[in-house]
Amino acid sequence: MGSRASTLLRDEEIEEIKKETGFSHSQITRLYSRFTSLDKGENGTLSREDFQRIPELAINPLGDRIINAFFSDGEDQVNFRAFMRTLAHFRPIEDNEKGKDPSSSEPLNSRNNKLLFAFRLYDLDKDDKISREELLQVLRMMVGVNISDEQLGSIADRTIQEADQDGDSAISFPEFVKVLEKVDVEQKMSIRFLH
Amino acid sequence: TFVQRLTIYKHFLLPLFLTLVLCQHLNPDGLQIVSFKWHHVEAPYIIAVWILVASLAKIVFHMSHKVTNVVPESALLIFLGLLLGGVVWGADHSASFTLTPTIFFFYLLPPIVLDAGYFMPNRLFFGNLGTILMYAVIGTVWNAALTGLSLYGVFLTGIMGPLQAGLLDFLLFGSLIAAVDPVAVLAVFEEVHVNDVLFIIVFGESLLNDAVTVVLYNVFDSFVAIGGENVTGVDCVKGIVSFFVVSIGGTLIGIIFALLLSFVTRFTKHVRIIEPGFVFIISYLSYLTSEMLSLSAILAITFAGVCCQKYVNANINEQSVTTVRYTMKMLASGSETIVFMFLGISAVDPNIWTWNTAFILLTLVFISVYRVIGVVIQTWLLNRYRMVQLEIIDQVVMSYGGLRGAVAFALVALLDPEKVKERNLFVSTTIIVVYFTVIFQGLTIKPLVSWLKVKRSEHRDPLLNEKLHGRAFDHILSAIEDISGQIGHNYMRDKWAKFERRFLSKLLMRRSAQKSRDQILNVFHELNIKDAISYVAEGERRGSLAFIRSASTDQLVNVDFSTQRPSIVDASVSALLRGNPSSVCLDMQAIEEKRKSVRDKEDTLSHHVLQQYLYKPRHQTRHKYSRHAITPNTEDNKQEKEIFRRTMKKRLESFKSTKLGVNYSKKSIKNYKKDCMPRKVNPEYSDIEEAHEHEVAHQDIGISFIASATRQALAETYNGIDNPTFISDENVMVRPAIPPWLSNEDTVVPSQRARVQIPWSPNNFRRLTPLRLSTRSVDSFQMADGPVPEHPRMTLPEGTHL
Repeated sequence: MGSRASTLLRDEEIEEIKKETGFSHSQITRLYSRFTSLDKGENGTLSREDFQRIPELAINPLGDRIINAFFSDGEDQVNFRAFMRTLAHFRPIEDNEKGKDPSSSEPLNSRNNKLLFAFRLYDLDKDDKISREELLQVLRMMVGVNISDEQLGSIADRTIQEADQDGDSAISFPEFVKVLEKVDVEQKMSIRFLH
Repeated sequence: TFVQRLTIYKHFLLPLFLTLVLCQHLNPDGLQIVSFKWHHVEAPYIIAVWILVASLAKIVFHMSHKVTNVVPESALLIFLGLLLGGVVWGADHSASFTLTPTIFFFYLLPPIVLDAGYFMPNRLFFGNLGTILMYAVIGTVWNAALTGLSLYGVFLTGIMGPLQAGLLDFLLFGSLIAAVDPVAVLAVFEEVHVNDVLFIIVFGESLLNDAVTVVLYNVFDSFVAIGGENVTGVDCVKGIVSFFVVSIGGTLIGIIFALLLSFVTRFTKHVRIIEPGFVFIISYLSYLTSEMLSLSAILAITFAGVCCQKYVNANINEQSVTTVRYTMKMLASGSETIVFMFLGISAVDPNIWTWNTAFILLTLVFISVYRVIGVVIQTWLLNRYRMVQLEIIDQVVMSYGGLRGAVAFALVALLDPEKVKERNLFVSTTIIVVYFTVIFQGLTIKPLVSWLKVKRSEHRDPLLNEKLHGRAFDHILSAIEDISGQIGHNYMRDKWAKFERRFLSKLLMRRSAQKSRDQILNVFHELNIKDAISYVAEGERRGSLAFIRSASTDQLVNVDFSTQRPSIVDASVSALLRGNPSSVCLDMQAIEEKRKSVRDKEDTLSHHVLQQYLYKPRHQTRHKYSRHAITPNTEDNKQEKEIFRRTMKKRLESFKSTKLGVNYSKKSIKNYKKDCMPRKVNPEYSDIEEAHEHEVAHQDIGISFIASATRQALAETYNGIDNPTFISDENVMVRPAIPPWLSNEDTVVPSQRARVQIPWSPNNFRRLTPLRLSTRSVDSFQMADGPVPEHPRMTLPEGTHL
């Protein structure tokens, strides 16, 4: 498992990914072997079908949206760098990173970026606002079949009301961040990646 | 006339009987017509009566839900036992019925442990095996050593007064009192609903610590027999070696017998009636064999159950599966009841009572304290290597839920009073410890847990946003875990699955079971695809409005919700009240503080609706083991099915729209026209037919792609049935002669139509009858794997307690 993967991934690449995402060397190699095991076409990139082959995603209500999050606009394939970049959002926030060089750009797994990831899942048309329709869509995905459209609509309205501060009946990113300020996002959106 | 008949018999038979008895009395040396042969039936009669009493007691207890909610059943049974013991004592002044170790170890314990092993959620168990082993082995040794040593230390200070016991006696006592008891743990955890992982850790620990207990007990017992001075270093080393031999040997014996059992059931097709018998006999033999070889019998029978699950369920026919399950539950439940009752009865025996306040108190203190310390240290160590962390509340439950029970009592009753002079003291102390843990800790663990859960969540109203997005985060996290392969995808597990598939299944599973495993899988995903396709086509034909309105194929969603609103409120509140204590607490607060305004009432409604209907993320699903019920909840499967259907539909749609693009819209129009127009016009017909075939080809590609993706999806979702590496035959395509959705038939329920089409699917299908598939398509292949949700039809209507 280990040797095949590391011959295909050069050390410079590993270094670059390490710098960009903050993963450790062993984590990167491990995730690379996961990447290659998903890549059934063996062309070094993952397509949507490769993701859809993961069984648990089929029973995850937000599965398909999360798959889409890996693909940048208009792209049909995900290479390893992009794969790691998306996964980097879920690295736990470590204490020693907080005191880092303030001039470097915000790390991918900062609280802000985690929330941005989630926000982008809701905001399909990328207008930086979660409109009522977009919220309804997400609600519908996450909720069983026993709720009527009217009930769902009223829940969506309530949700927007709670968060909306500038009265535009949509949730912008700052409003999203504000309404979730008491939630421990660091813990809820982090996975301990195996070494 | 019945009453008349009864009176006739009364007037006729009674005098007859009396005259007969009189005759005997007058002529005692002649032929006895009727006699009272008590001693003839004494032994089995008494056993039967005790079993009857225990079962009647259960009925009585469960009549009152209020009582059983607060007091665990085990405690109630102990009280009953005390009562009965008092009665027996009063009548006879001798303790004629006690829990003898022989009866306990040979007849009462095996069913309980077999039940535990047979219904063990394997994936969860082996996934957490490292943790479980650590707690079982190291934790038990830690507890035993420290308890024994501390008691000895205190003894040396003289507080306990003069006792004829040495270091070894104390260590012996420590070893038998340290072990967490599976029977007690199960009995209590039934009532307290904890999450999967926590449950399996405590439960697994209680099962696996038997090896340690047996070794320690035997080692110290023989040391005590040899005499403290004669113990050499060699003996100690031998003790350590014996631990490994006992545990690994016991496990191996269990596995061997499991293989034997699986192999035997492969050939029982023609003796279906006695199939269930094999399961019990062979498992029991594994227990006895292991006991005979002085290895760990509990480990043997546990692993026999754990390993044979899958094959037995695949091989024997459905009614036998049900029979096995019910019988096992019945035996286990009955044994447990009897055990606790006898624990009560056995205590009423003044001959064994020796009271030593210091000893008893200190034992209680030491076992509790050392358990807490042990759990904390081990958890801290384990959390560094575990994916799913064990939090404070888990540790509290683990320490508090370490109950001692009948195993400790039976072990202490086995002690030889000649060798261990203070046997009676030990017995009394054990009884008190067992009572304390079962009754006191059992009573208080549930309130403690709810209090802790409430305390941990902050006392403020969670915003709708927080709930919603919080749940979304959970789903996102699960998905990322799955994508990154951190949980559930394991090198070892995949390797094992491959090995198992290639060798073991071929050897141990009936050929028909092997084949149907794959076929059912195929058919299931085909049903789904056809459902999805026909549903989408139907919706499009009717117009997009109909499509949006009905959210799923098999539910009538066109309900007028405006009139039902008030009942929805009630339904959700009462459903919540019946449910999880923590969610109840949060929302009860919400209710109380916001009861005032109407607007707030609507708000609460939204909260409740969300709470009730949001799909649960993976970690929150309830654990699948239950002592008293065969059916774990089917709601999770419902949730999964709903989401799965929806996902597949969407994927098919997007696949169609991306790949077919321009062609599709033209063809759909043509097909629509084809349906409406009579088929007289020939030139147009041939034109359409070409287009039709073209579309069939495209859609077939679509179907086969989704077929392969789904096949893999189902294979892995349903726990190890299939293996991705095995699915090499991507060429299995669906090629029906006329795609059902394009035929002229009127609207038929899609899944029925799909069922009818089965004969056109891949060739090796013919064995399966459509009837079997239609009612059991999901259940059958799930059953091929292990303990699964029962088909709803089979649930006893009176409730789930056996």
